[in-house]
Amino acid sequence: MATGPTIDWDAVIADPRFQALHRRKQTFLTGLMIFSVAFYFLLPIGAAYFQDLFKVKVWGVINFGLLFALTQFIVAWGIAFFYSHRANRDFDRMAREIAADYEKKVS
Amino acid sequence: MHTQHRRWVAWALAGALGVSSGTAFAQGAVAPEYRWLTFAVFSAIIGLTMYVTYLAAKRVKTASDFYTAGGGVTGLQNGWAIAGDYLSAASFLGIAGLISQYGYDGFMYSVGWLVAYITVLLVIAEPCRNIGRYTLSDILAYRNDPKAMRIVGALSVITVSTFYLTAQMVGGGVLVKTLIGIDYEVSVIAVGVLMLAYVLFGGMVATTWVQIIKAILLVIASLVLVMLVWLPYGFSLPAFLQDVVGDPKVQARVASLLGDPARNMSAIELGQRFLEPGLYFKSPIDQVSLGMALVFGTAGLPHILMRFFTVPTAQQARKSVVWAMAIIGGFYVLTLFLGFGAAKHVGPAAIAAVDAGGNMAGPLLAQFLGGGPNSFLGNFMLAFVSAVAFATIVAVVAGLVLAAASAIAHDLYVGVYHGGDTVAPQQQVRAARIATVVVGALAITIGIAAKGQNVAHLVALAFAVAASANFPCVLLTLYWKRCNTGGIVAGMVVGTVLAVGLTLVSPNVTYPKAVKAAAQKVLDGEAAKRTAIDAALASVDATVAGQAKLDLAMLDKAVQKARDDLVKFEGRETSLLGLEKPLFQLKNPGIISIPLGFLAVLLGSLLFRDKRSETLWPEVYARQNTGILASKAASH
Repeated sequence: MATGPTIDWDAVIADPRFQALHRRKQTFLTGLMIFSVAFYFLLPIGAAYFQDLFKVKVWGVINFGLLFALTQFIVAWGIAFFYSHRANRDFDRMAREIAADYEKKVS
Repeated sequence: MHTQHRRWVAWALAGALGVSSGTAFAQGAVAPEYRWLTFAVFSAIIGLTMYVTYLAAKRVKTASDFYTAGGGVTGLQNGWAIAGDYLSAASFLGIAGLISQYGYDGFMYSVGWLVAYITVLLVIAEPCRNIGRYTLSDILAYRNDPKAMRIVGALSVITVSTFYLTAQMVGGGVLVKTLIGIDYEVSVIAVGVLMLAYVLFGGMVATTWVQIIKAILLVIASLVLVMLVWLPYGFSLPAFLQDVVGDPKVQARVASLLGDPARNMSAIELGQRFLEPGLYFKSPIDQVSLGMALVFGTAGLPHILMRFFTVPTAQQARKSVVWAMAIIGGFYVLTLFLGFGAAKHVGPAAIAAVDAGGNMAGPLLAQFLGGGPNSFLGNFMLAFVSAVAFATIVAVVAGLVLAAASAIAHDLYVGVYHGGDTVAPQQQVRAARIATVVVGALAITIGIAAKGQNVAHLVALAFAVAASANFPCVLLTLYWKRCNTGGIVAGMVVGTVLAVGLTLVSPNVTYPKAVKAAAQKVLDGEAAKRTAIDAALASVDATVAGQAKLDLAMLDKAVQKARDDLVKFEGRETSLLGLEKPLFQLKNPGIISIPLGFLAVLLGSLLFRDKRSETLWPEVYARQNTGILASKAASH
């Protein structure tokens, strides 16, 4: 796989623009990943250990547990839109600038 | 070459139709006088997908076309295809069935299948698109020793795909038999032959379109059913659920699930219990373990990973996951209505009478909503849903076979045996097609050999292996500087062996001694119970006598089963691995095997040195983050 045009990869990852992209992505992705996993596991844990809370009727026969499970869908979609919004706006632009710069140097 | 393809597609089509229409029938869910309707709908769907395959076959010339549709799929198309690849019969029929039988727990189960895609979206899809090519091993081999990576990668892909494939083939055979009454073996062969026709001639191009068509049909079928279920309530959720919990069939089901404690509960309390957790899942740790396998395993499923190589850029890969999440999540929300709707209209007991696992909830609901078993519309809707279920199995199986075949042809034959890209393009495509036929024939053989086996836990096992072996390896080679060949080999071996090994000594396996002891206990207690029931039967209180009648029926059933078990396991004391009782108490190994899989990659990397892994780290890291040269990598 290491064929084709050669790029000075050490220079790319030492580039301040790459460092900035890396830092922002890492913070953002780590935070979002931890939040989403933690939020998801609240569902099985809650269903097992907080049954009284899950049984509280909120809207007609609909209880807290059912609403919480539905909220999981909203939150999952929310995370997907939040991430792709941020990536489309910031990360892509930063990555494109770096890529264009270094690809120009080899072609 | 092209005329030859055309002739082959025509033959395969004729063969599949012949197989599915020319055989003797057992009793299926569709009444005999409406069977022609089923075949009309099936033929229409098979005809459409075959036409697509015929068009696709013209476009498949290179290995890149065969494995990844030449990287020319759009994000939107790929999103639908991922949904088509992922929503197996287990989700389409299984989750609606679980909800119809156990209420809340069934719905809660569906959540993990969607949340899994957050992991795929955030950490896997885009980097894999940026540095990958055709297979999982391509990603691992980028910076680690290529031969070692292709061997361990291919073995893991084949393991995961075989588990998943077996579950799909057996499930599909049973399903088609139940729905339309074709013999089990014939159903398995029909699924296998059709899938082979798609993959062999149309490669990834045809597989993608078959998956898209299937996903669209699935969504249409579910939307129509949900409209019909929900419309009478003016699309009010509380009004709909109020009616579900007020239904005597639902209340009776909860009473029979709860057993003795139900005696002190009112009908309203029993109905409400259907919307509360705990009717299906009894062990919280087991459930967290299953959740971990789903949430981390999806990102390591080879047939899902492969889909990200079909789009041209990381942006399109991202877009495809977002679309897939919208479709998959939307589908599971619809399943809530299908499951509860089936419980209310058809009734949990009536569904379980056709299929004990509840898998017939969706199809029976369709038949009911169309006007019942004796109406034209009812049977048309049942036929349509059955055909969608059939298309579902074929589409998932096609994706799995393509993933396994690419591991054999691209990784083992081209990569390991020939040591790289020196193989001529024509020969690469031929190798891919030969591998497809081999895997397809194996899938059919396994499907027939595993007849009557309980394969439900094999899908969970496939996710567990993917989460314990593939996921840590892919994640750490992409993100951890010190990861190297030693770590990946250790992670793959430890993750796979632990996930499979723990399952083999878990309660999923049959332990004859325990089964026989339980059976003996039932028989020993029979006399005392009969005396008590006889006394209750004579009671003047009508409710007591009624309950006694139900108890008597249950006792007869339990005694019959105990006698059968004693005969079945006569002379056998130990399980497959010679154990008298489970060594590991959880049904899902994830909570142990996933952390240990990660640990193995860490330790293996620290104990082992590999110059290549270190030298190539800047390249991998720069490329996975920025997509430098990604378009050029995809074009050769």
